[in-house]
Amino acid sequence: MSVEVRIPTMLRSHVGGAATVAVDGATIREVIEQLVADHPSLAGQIVTPEGGLHKFVNVYLNDDDIRYLDKLDTKVGEGDSVSILPAVAGGA
Amino acid sequence: MLQIAADAYAEMVAHCWTGLPLEACGLLAGTGDDVSVCYPTANVAESALVYTVDPKGFLRADRDAEARGLTILGVFHSHTHTAAYPSPTDVAQAPDPGWHYVLVSLADGAPVVRSYRIVDGNIDEEPVVLLQ
Repeated sequence: MSVEVRIPTMLRSHVGGAATVAVDGATIREVIEQLVADHPSLAGQIVTPEGGLHKFVNVYLNDDDIRYLDKLDTKVGEGDSVSILPAVAGGA
Repeated sequence: MLQIAADAYAEMVAHCWTGLPLEACGLLAGTGDDVSVCYPTANVAESALVYTVDPKGFLRADRDAEARGLTILGVFHSHTHTAAYPSPTDVAQAPDPGWHYVLVSLADGAPVVRSYRIVDGNIDEEPVVLLQ
């Protein structure tokens, strides 16, 4: 499946400045693996070495947070939009 | 320097005010260092001490900004009882070294708005200029 991956501003330098990248894969995990294979400096920024989603990153498949779907094993469809968003938080 | 359109500024401060007694937050979008749009978001931490931008709100803001040819260039949040200065938590969790970090303090009644760059743990204040 070819999906469009939306890259957050702080990771765009790793993909030559692109805001979106077309990537092939059957699941979110495969899409991210392909993305990292194509852009190795992204390694470890989205998926941890242990293979889980980094807790400071949110990934949406179209309008749904993958944490409420099948997490990294969520299947993707042709033309789907995968959005990678940083967790934005802080305190007093 | 952060230049911000007057109506975006007003919306940002109003969102922080109406969020009391909890911290409020949102995203700022525009071009370069000029903010033209404020995206108030929910604080899903629902706390007076910490904030977490609602990821769904971020997604919506990101898509809307893109549709308008704008970029998300910063985040604002309120400090209900402390000064408009980034806390250690703010610094540790700053996600993007290219962003502007705006603090709105409501500690003393009238809102105090200050903006900062946070790069590699270094905090640098920048002037905030209102664009009418």
